[in-house]
Amino acid sequence: MYSDKVMDHYDNPRNVGAFEEGEDNVGTGMVGAPACGDVMRLQIKVSDEGVIEDARFKTYGCGSAIASSSLVTEWVKGKTLDEALQIKNKDIAEELALPPVKVHCSVLAEDAIKAAIDDYKGKKG
Amino acid sequence: MSKPIYFDYSATTPVDPRVAEAMCSYLTLEDGRFGNAASRSHYFGWQAEKGVDEARANVAALIGADPKEIVWTSGATESDNLAIKGVAQFYAKKGKHIITAKTEHKAVLDTCRHLERDGYEVTYLEPEANGLIDLGKLEAAMREDTILVSIMHVNNEIGVIQDVAAIGALCRSKKILFHVDAAQSCGKTPIDVNAMQIDLLSMSAHKIYGPKGIGALYVRRKPRVRLEAQMHGGGHERGMRSGTLATHQIVGMGEAFRIAREEMASENERIRMLRDRLWNGIKDIEETYLNGDLERRVPHNLNVSFNYVEGESLMMSLAELAVSSGSACTSASLEPSYVLRALGRPDELAHSSLRFSIGRFTTEAEIDRAIELINGAVTKLRELSPLWDMYKAGIDLNSVQWTAH
Amino acid sequence: MASYLDHNATTPLDERVLEAMLPYLKGEFGNPSSVHAFGRRARAALDTAREQVAALIGAHPSQVVFTSGGTEANNTALKGLFSGPGEGAGLVVGAIEHASLLAPAAALARGGVKVQHLAVDDSGRFQMERLDELLKERPRLVSLMWANNETGVVQPMAEIAERCAEAGVLLHSDAVQAAGKLELDFLNAGPRMLSLSAHKLFGPKGAGALVLDKAVGLEPLLHGGGQERDWRGGTEALPAIVGFGKAAELALAEGRERLERVSALQERLQARLKAQLPQAVIFGEGAERLYNTLFFAVPGVESQTLIMALDREGYAVSSGAACGSHHEQPSTVLAAMGVAPELARCAVRVGLGHGNSEAEVDGFIAALKGQVDGLQRFATVGW
Repeated sequence: MYSDKVMDHYDNPRNVGAFEEGEDNVGTGMVGAPACGDVMRLQIKVSDEGVIEDARFKTYGCGSAIASSSLVTEWVKGKTLDEALQIKNKDIAEELALPPVKVHCSVLAEDAIKAAIDDYKGKKG
Repeated sequence: MSKPIYFDYSATTPVDPRVAEAMCSYLTLEDGRFGNAASRSHYFGWQAEKGVDEARANVAALIGADPKEIVWTSGATESDNLAIKGVAQFYAKKGKHIITAKTEHKAVLDTCRHLERDGYEVTYLEPEANGLIDLGKLEAAMREDTILVSIMHVNNEIGVIQDVAAIGALCRSKKILFHVDAAQSCGKTPIDVNAMQIDLLSMSAHKIYGPKGIGALYVRRKPRVRLEAQMHGGGHERGMRSGTLATHQIVGMGEAFRIAREEMASENERIRMLRDRLWNGIKDIEETYLNGDLERRVPHNLNVSFNYVEGESLMMSLAELAVSSGSACTSASLEPSYVLRALGRPDELAHSSLRFSIGRFTTEAEIDRAIELINGAVTKLRELSPLWDMYKAGIDLNSVQWTAH
Repeated sequence: MASYLDHNATTPLDERVLEAMLPYLKGEFGNPSSVHAFGRRARAALDTAREQVAALIGAHPSQVVFTSGGTEANNTALKGLFSGPGEGAGLVVGAIEHASLLAPAAALARGGVKVQHLAVDDSGRFQMERLDELLKERPRLVSLMWANNETGVVQPMAEIAERCAEAGVLLHSDAVQAAGKLELDFLNAGPRMLSLSAHKLFGPKGAGALVLDKAVGLEPLLHGGGQERDWRGGTEALPAIVGFGKAAELALAEGRERLERVSALQERLQARLKAQLPQAVIFGEGAERLYNTLFFAVPGVESQTLIMALDREGYAVSSGAACGSHHEQPSTVLAAMGVAPELARCAVRVGLGHGNSEAEVDGFIAALKGQVDGLQRFATVGW
């Protein structure tokens, strides 16, 4: 039912945790809702050059949601903000071989990236 | 991977070895009992008919009915369809109003929805927070043109037992027919169709160690309940349900019901002990809630919400346990359980629920292993959960603006 | 052990089918709708059975909807279609259909649907000119059986399907007796809906299927649960369905062998019957018949007494369809063929199977001859 890659991320999620939200170089994106069964919180730490140096996540949701957010933390690292914005839900769904009923998890992960970058940009004015 | 530990006895049960043995003697040429019970001209037909008659007596005995009041069907879904549509169509001139509850099985709810499209009116009662139907509300919903009340005995998701005797008395006093979906209660809690004043009762074999593909409908003869048949044909089952009788399935159901009658009391005691052991092993996990009344409940069922942990990911963590989130029919969908929602549980608690159902072959060692795994999985997933963080930080989740999608 | 010669009523389960079913009565007991490992294994078994049944009749697996048997399949086809979203009015059914088809048709008639019966000729074949006339009225559905359960007469289904297709009328066929004995090619020729039953082809009772072109709009007969892609609610009868699949696989693999073996037995039976009891009348003799069926009458010898006597001698045969009703009525099939009631009351149906032997055929004829002679002796002394 779940692909090996989903299982791998689920069993060994990457970059679990949190940064201090208050810090200037941290962007936090929280998407989803408890009533819908999934909430993702993605955080990025951005260097002065505009490169994502590090990322953290926590997710309440099904295995595919957890795997999607774990995968995204790996993908955004080392990318510029513009590059990170190029990550599309289709890429995530393909990488994890998500079945159609789970595609919304990848959509949520893409939204989380955008929300985290928006938050960071907002802080920077 | 070795076979998981089975904690999903409410979805289906393994066939009892005694049942399998009885069934196998009604299948092949060697045993000589494979015949068509409707073949009235030869030995093979009579042998099959004899097996069917014995099974009918065993099924009737479990619910205090006369064998003539038992109609074989392909399962509880068909029984529910036959009872509700059959009564609705036969008594349409008397009235077109039906009362049921929001927590009924889909076989009842979908059938009622279908009748609504055909011009019937259905009242869906909201249960109390513990899952039970309030008699006052039921009485208030009754009208001049109400022809049928359909309330399940034991709920498939939360295991609560409705007071069907009180509902039966109320229906009888108002001259309204009373149908009970007993798929989850046969063999788990005593049933007496006369004492409980039940007019129609749906039964299933595969929930009580019989085979899949067979069920029955009890149809009261005194005072006589009439039905419009839903499956027409050779006139089997006194015209109420046509189709060649699946002899081996029927024999299996009869044997399963015989065993249930003889062993229910002692078995329930053992299962209650196991269920309590499981609940005691997990109830102290912070933010853990039992869904449905603990007292008015069959011992086989434990439905628990682990707040801030999502049910499907919890099931993944508990791959060594075969459990379900919601009922088997609907768990493939992403919707939270409609039963828990009808109880007024918030969606996030409904999303966080798991149903553990215990049965004849569950052992103490399996319970202990489950307790260990559940504690570990909940801890692991809460470490991953942003909601848990927020709860621990004292943030009221209801005050947060969520980006619903 | 008596000789079983009533394979049109039901068949004994093939031992290999039982072997296939047993695991699903034991360790593999999951509910196919459950998402855990038990459920997924059950789902896989269900899928395999669906492929096996589809292969037997040349359909795509997604076109197979499992039911509790042929009766449910026939009821779903008729009642489901007329409460579904389609257009058109009226129903045409064969005059010789099985009760599980005629009864839902009668129920629809009580509900206001115009139902017309297509007559047969004296050998049991549908009257094609009459079909053309009925098709001109553009009924919503035509339902004609592929092979008859009593006479074994096989209808020219390709031709019937062609005429229905030309008229743009939907065709359903009760193929319960045909499946496993005739080659059916659902995708390429024939009706757009078919009814099947497992226990007529050495599978278990309690499983059948409605095979349908998904473009056909049907309302389910059983609501609730959303199984079978919403076509049919209710937990699937997995052991029986697995047995159905295995039985279908064997029928496909061994079809040629069975045909050769049973045809030879049938020819022998017919030849000996004619030699020993030249007065016997064979119904549907001029028509193409199923290779296993012989429906005949010995004039003046009522079958009720005869078949009871044959049973005591160890030969299980019947006077026609096995029905749920206790009432003994003369065959509606024979009436539709214009057979006089006195002769119809003498009808005896032999349904052979590949498990039968030449010795059983010879023994049956000897017993029959003995009984007929005996009964006629009684008759002549003025009983």
